[in-house]
Amino acid sequence: MNSRAIRRGSAAIAALSASAMVIAGCSSSQGSSTDPDGEVTLTVATFNNWGYTDELLAEYSKEHPNVTIVHNKAAGSDDARANYFQKLGKQGLADIEGVEVDWLPEAMQYSDLLAEVPDSLEGRWLDWKAEAATDKDGRLVGFGADVGPQAICYRGDLFQAAGMPGSPDEVATLFEGDWEHFLDVADQYREATGKPMIDSANSVLQGIVNQMEYTYDKPDGTVIATENPDIKEAYELVVERAIPNSAYPTQWTDDWNASMANGEFAAMLCPTWMLGVIEGNAPEVTGWQVADVFPGGGGNWGGSYLTVPANGPHVDAAIELATWLTAPEQQIKAFANAGTFPSQLDAYENPELTDFVNPYFNSAPTGQISINRAEAVTVVPYKSANYFKYQDALQNAVTRVFDGSEDAKTSWKTWVAEAEAFS
Amino acid sequence: MTVNANRTQTPPASPPPPPERTRQVKPARHRRSNLDLKLSPYLYISPFFILFAVVGIFPIVFTAVISFQEWDLVRNTGTFVGFEQYAWILSQPQFWVALRNTFSIFLLSTVPLLIMAILIAAMLDRNIRAKTFWRMSTLLPFVMAPVAVALIFSNMFGDSHGLVNTLLANIGLGPIPWHTDPFWSHVAIATMVNFRWTGYNALILLAAMQAVPREYYEAATVDGANALRQFWSITLPSLKSTLIFVIITSTIGGLQIFDEPRMYDFAGEGGAAQQWLTITLYLYNIGWGEFNFGRAAALAWILFIIILIIGLINLAITRRLVRDEGGRGVTAPRRRKGIQR
Repeated sequence: MNSRAIRRGSAAIAALSASAMVIAGCSSSQGSSTDPDGEVTLTVATFNNWGYTDELLAEYSKEHPNVTIVHNKAAGSDDARANYFQKLGKQGLADIEGVEVDWLPEAMQYSDLLAEVPDSLEGRWLDWKAEAATDKDGRLVGFGADVGPQAICYRGDLFQAAGMPGSPDEVATLFEGDWEHFLDVADQYREATGKPMIDSANSVLQGIVNQMEYTYDKPDGTVIATENPDIKEAYELVVERAIPNSAYPTQWTDDWNASMANGEFAAMLCPTWMLGVIEGNAPEVTGWQVADVFPGGGGNWGGSYLTVPANGPHVDAAIELATWLTAPEQQIKAFANAGTFPSQLDAYENPELTDFVNPYFNSAPTGQISINRAEAVTVVPYKSANYFKYQDALQNAVTRVFDGSEDAKTSWKTWVAEAEAFS
Repeated sequence: MTVNANRTQTPPASPPPPPERTRQVKPARHRRSNLDLKLSPYLYISPFFILFAVVGIFPIVFTAVISFQEWDLVRNTGTFVGFEQYAWILSQPQFWVALRNTFSIFLLSTVPLLIMAILIAAMLDRNIRAKTFWRMSTLLPFVMAPVAVALIFSNMFGDSHGLVNTLLANIGLGPIPWHTDPFWSHVAIATMVNFRWTGYNALILLAAMQAVPREYYEAATVDGANALRQFWSITLPSLKSTLIFVIITSTIGGLQIFDEPRMYDFAGEGGAAQQWLTITLYLYNIGWGEFNFGRAAALAWILFIIILIIGLINLAITRRLVRDEGGRGVTAPRRRKGIQR
């Protein structure tokens, strides 16, 4: 029901216990910032697992002997978010702070407190990745790290048992089309097996909404949430057609985790990082496959940036390190370490990525698939600081219908009332 | 549930003896020592009050200031909006649902908890083997981190793969909608609270039971009263003041219940239809979820006032009950006859 929850991603347990944990303090660096060769201690703050191992960071220290890097990891994204906004513009943030896509819109309100990415890096990232971190004055303030281009994961064995094609190429052709078509296939699967095809109704909503340019409000501040016909249409499509085809209302529940292994459903919308979640939840299952296709074109879900707070003691040195960390070479290593898919265009030419195969998914070329999926993304959804409030509330509306606590019309009305109270 | 230690009010130091007024001329040394006499008692007790002012009064006052503003956490600035935030909170249906849930979970946890705690304490009060072992075991759940408890129980209360529903299915019963029905979600959360706090309260009650003079029981046995009768007529009445303490602390804790509902599902926002949204969880969501600290501060003050009112009601009832007894603690059984029905 909660897109904010989704950001906690694969580190489910760690994130669950997060609220009880104290975030590791971020020590402020020492030494002067004026001398480029002077001794400098830089702090980097991330969460979950970004693939920035000690070995990777040591490579930088080897090239820059005057730089000592301290890496602080918060347990989950929510901890990092609370810490970030508590200290931004004041003291106590690390020299480089990781930001997750889902709270980037909130950080963008304070883009004046963040250092600008050097102009020399223009064109390093996917257009839509850079655009989301550019404020209205045209300042790019986020160093793109990873992205979550979405494909479709499916159970080849279950598809075949339902009399549908099973090989990745055939399934890619099968799903080629818009969301209506995707749900037609789901109906077909349900008629053949009596089971839902999709894991959760809200991930369908998420997929549809993430392909809209304007959802709940516009850059000039006008709120269109409850009047936007696209949103209403998406909601109706989901409650009428996705709910009967879904095993669960939302993802990340204990039931949902357990269900990945037992064939309760046969397909999932699959950002690159979801591959690790499936493998972790269903290590014994051999039928999971990845099809290079996504309804309605491309879609991105999740991802992250590095930011440099502008009032830090070593802004220049921090920008240099952030530049290095988000360079294609390093991001490919991070991908190998933690499965965080690069957002850098040059990385997509690199054989290490293009030749990457995932043995769990029947040796699917997940590197190349993710590249294709990332390049298929055309729409950059505009997300204001209020975006996720609206999105959470709308997902709750879908969940209420799924649970039967309210019917589709009442639930929509409840959402309208909630959304109107936001502004 | 948090148990707030019953903070004893430090009585103000008795005023120093009045200086001898008759003396006309006061050498400087005397004046200093007079000052010393007047001031030092306050200085001695000041560390607590200074600390309390910094960590107690200041946050409360500052919260009040923020609650009248549209507050920006990052820029540390706000615009004054009067009572708008309070009005907003009170106009939200979620607030009233959260209030209902809070009281529902509070009742579902406190009542069975107290009954179980009394029974366990009564059993531990008997002459049993390995006393310390049993006593320590009752306290064990209390030592566990609430988050760990919540994680385990959330797993047990899964809707389709949870342990409880699987067991129910095995004996031919339908699954319970733990995460969709408000009542059942409250039951599940109350279970976690009970698991954690029963042993703790049982130990407090056990301590009170141990203080009851054994002669009463011997006399009752001679009079031919059975164990049940002894429990009803001796043990329970002597527990009254301890029970009041336990009830007050459980009330305050119950109104602030947070960990368990937050950990009850992955999102931690109290359910899609606010089935298990409690006041503190709502407060957290507004503050740390939406970063709307003006509204969160207003809600914090509303919660503060609610707890204050309930605290006062508690106090009134407590006063009356304790006065009835004419004393405190173990002196109660003296007037046992009077309260026998």
